[in-house]
Amino acid sequence: MENLYSLTAHKLKELMTKGETTPAAVAEQLFSRIEKCDGKIKAVVFNGKDNALKNAVASSGKNGRLAGVPVLLKDNICVKGEPTTCASKILAGFRPPYDATVTRKLKDAGAVLIGKANMDEFAFGSSCETSCYGPTKNPWDTARIPGGSSGGSAAAVASDETILALGSDTGGSIRQPAALCGVVGLKPTYGRVSRYGLIAFASSLDQIGPITKDTEDAALLLSVIAGYDEMDSTSVDLPVPDYSKALTKNVKGLRIGVPKEYFIEGLDKEVEASVRSAVALLKSLGAEVKEISLPHTEYAVSTYYIVATAEASSNLARFDGVQYGLRADNAKDMIDMYIKTRSQGFGNEAKRRILLGTYCLSTGYYDAYYLKAQKVRTKIREDFDKAFRACDCIITPTSPTPAFKIGEKTNDPLSMYLSDIYTIPANLAGLPAISIPCGFSKEGLPIGMQILAKAFDEETIFRAAYTFEQSTEFYRKRPKI
Amino acid sequence: MKYETVIGLEVHLQLATNTKAFCGCSTKFGQRANSQVCPVCLGFPGSLPVLNEEAFRFAIKVALALNCRIQSLIKFDRKNYYYPDLPKNFQISQYDMPLSYDGFIDINANGGTKRIRIKRVHMEEDAGKLMHPEGEDCSLVDYNRGGMPLLEIVTEPDINSPQEAYDYLTKLKSILEYLRVSDCDMEKGSLRCDANISLRPKGEKKLGTKVELKNMNSFKGVRSGLEYEEKRQESVLEDGGKLVQETRLWNADKAVTASMRTKEEAEDYRYFPEPDLVPFVVDKNEIEEIRKALPELPEARGARFKKEFALSDYDADVLTSQIDLADYYEACVKLYPNAKVVANWLMGDISAALNDKNIKVTELGLSPEGLAGLLKMIDSGAISGKMAKDILAESIETKAIPEDIVKKKGLTQISDAGAIEEIVKKVVEREVKTVNDYKGGKKTALGFLVGQVMKESKGKANPGKVNEILKKVLGD
Repeated sequence: MENLYSLTAHKLKELMTKGETTPAAVAEQLFSRIEKCDGKIKAVVFNGKDNALKNAVASSGKNGRLAGVPVLLKDNICVKGEPTTCASKILAGFRPPYDATVTRKLKDAGAVLIGKANMDEFAFGSSCETSCYGPTKNPWDTARIPGGSSGGSAAAVASDETILALGSDTGGSIRQPAALCGVVGLKPTYGRVSRYGLIAFASSLDQIGPITKDTEDAALLLSVIAGYDEMDSTSVDLPVPDYSKALTKNVKGLRIGVPKEYFIEGLDKEVEASVRSAVALLKSLGAEVKEISLPHTEYAVSTYYIVATAEASSNLARFDGVQYGLRADNAKDMIDMYIKTRSQGFGNEAKRRILLGTYCLSTGYYDAYYLKAQKVRTKIREDFDKAFRACDCIITPTSPTPAFKIGEKTNDPLSMYLSDIYTIPANLAGLPAISIPCGFSKEGLPIGMQILAKAFDEETIFRAAYTFEQSTEFYRKRPKI
Repeated sequence: MKYETVIGLEVHLQLATNTKAFCGCSTKFGQRANSQVCPVCLGFPGSLPVLNEEAFRFAIKVALALNCRIQSLIKFDRKNYYYPDLPKNFQISQYDMPLSYDGFIDINANGGTKRIRIKRVHMEEDAGKLMHPEGEDCSLVDYNRGGMPLLEIVTEPDINSPQEAYDYLTKLKSILEYLRVSDCDMEKGSLRCDANISLRPKGEKKLGTKVELKNMNSFKGVRSGLEYEEKRQESVLEDGGKLVQETRLWNADKAVTASMRTKEEAEDYRYFPEPDLVPFVVDKNEIEEIRKALPELPEARGARFKKEFALSDYDADVLTSQIDLADYYEACVKLYPNAKVVANWLMGDISAALNDKNIKVTELGLSPEGLAGLLKMIDSGAISGKMAKDILAESIETKAIPEDIVKKKGLTQISDAGAIEEIVKKVVEREVKTVNDYKGGKKTALGFLVGQVMKESKGKANPGKVNEILKKVLGD
């Protein structure tokens, strides 16, 4: 029999229901796996072994939809009484006195929370290198980055250090690391999942979502965390469908749009070939494929870096040393306390983005940057509205390249920012989008493709993703560690 | 004065909702520091604001009562600045689209009415309180007040004297109290007022350099501060000097204003739309429902009092200026229909007692029923007017019901002719000399005899009757 840690959640549930294994056995195996692998991968920043083992024993025989299933949370999702630091020194020692809504839902469903995953500091990055704990390594090649910012979550799923993981996605932070680590990552529609207890990066873009080994697990995990929350005014009061019903191996008549603006210079040839052959496969299975146009795509990255940094500069103002987290020693006065605390507590990328955002919102620049960006954002949304009149889903590459080397882009923020070029538009438009494995490079690095759909139409995404996945073997391949 | 004074007022009003503006914490005043807080109003990471519907309805009530137009889309903004009493280091407020705008209040001025335009009324959250313990190298923060719902009510620069400013505030407070949306208590800080004041030569269209005046703790303080500032600015201009745009603080003890900071470098609050609160379209039906449910406001009630109770303009104004007083008056008139008499008592002895004790009519020991009972006892002749005043004073002091005081002390006036005649005869027999003087033509002697009868009756004899019977007994 296979090792328990390498199984999916739906398979484990099946085994547990049949009495062939127990939550405790799964948890035991998983923590041994973490002990064995995480020294190399560095995906887990807080290991909650003691509590997890107790909870696993307690969840035995329970009925919750995730009863006994281990889940790893990105370190920006609050867990009551447990460290939650956004991989930043400024939140050193912070233990929130409350659960995020998703955390509560996972607990209610019987999930076993195993700890916290590494990430780029405050989710600022695409490589997991800005973490105050040091970088996470890509399980397929430990000289490479796992992607980011949910790099720890994706690497942990890929290396079988967890069964399920949650990430957060502001500009691609779930999908890009999922693609680079060869796993499934879904950013739900903005408003589908409550953001209460997710430490905000950019409030109008952030969304929590699943990172899993296959599409069925993504559907399962989404069905647990989705839904309206009265604590989050931006969550939407729509019923949560039974996503498992969307997992049909059938794309007959599905209209797939392929945007011409996404296949441009800078796109790796192997990535392009993989995505194009994936589209061809879906076509051979009965889908209709048409080229579409999203004309404002080229403005997405600049728009994003204005909106996201503006919101971040305000969201991160609260980290000032007054109430919690780091407070610098030897401050002369109040202003000095602010300056010293924030200078010592934030890393360079956080400082860069706070400065950018502050600048964009300043008197005299607001109209030229923030207001203009909001207008372009509307244009980008309209592009998608128009496109979805002609197609049911859109398929693109997730990332322009496979995983790059650690340190390769750390001194070139602009080239780093461009690694989110294909994922950012979904955040700006609030649309759902998934990344699933669709191939491997000659060097053996995973390649992901992105499927987008209309707002609140995660079902179409699952249908297309599941059909492709079940017709290929890419998602089954695991790295050797 | 050859200058025209131009004043604009900014009032911050704490709404008396049960819970805070964006979370479920209690708004109760005077609780232990940091006992009414939660992750949301402490701005803890990951927490999100949710608008309090009651606060929104209160805001709409105020906007309608101040004759404002209501914005069709309600949107919040973030005002970014660093201060330890502001846990998120931004305040949720409204910037370019205030909840309501273009309203007005009419005040009495120069024998007529004057319209003060309201520029905007918007919602925002309050900050906590910073304390600096003496002799210690630290500051303390109490976040109980943080996140309380506030309304900012801003006038156009339509006010032309410190007295008008005072009258505007009095009228505004009166309306707000009628709406029962705030306790409007400046001492508790539930109503705060800042003023902008500038002078310009009469006839000049352009506004002069303005000074922002803060730290006034009462309406009288606002008036005094503005009076001081008006004189100060005038003398600077008269001396050929130039005013600087600045913020000045009113020092009530020294009765002067002093510069706090100049506005050389304007603060940049980097306002932008609050992404955690989704803008929403106002439900017109809800607004109409709130409008229909608005209580009768001071002006309408004053007009009705004049008509219904035949009161003078002045009496009607005074009695309707405070909702509690007006309610008290109406309740009393229902039980004792001589409206003018009730008005006299309320505006005379009772108002004096309220001022003396610095309490509201609702805190008075004497209920409208009690006052009505007292007035009925005068009418029936059971007590004299003089006795009534004493009973009133005692009732206010001890909260005892006037009828009970009368019974307990046996104060009922003696009006029975037989009983009075007995006392009169006794006095006449005793005071032979004075009786003879009277009979001899010294009419003033009667006063002494009346006094003796009253004394003998321990003040309870009906003085009118005593006079009458005394004259009869003396054969006059």
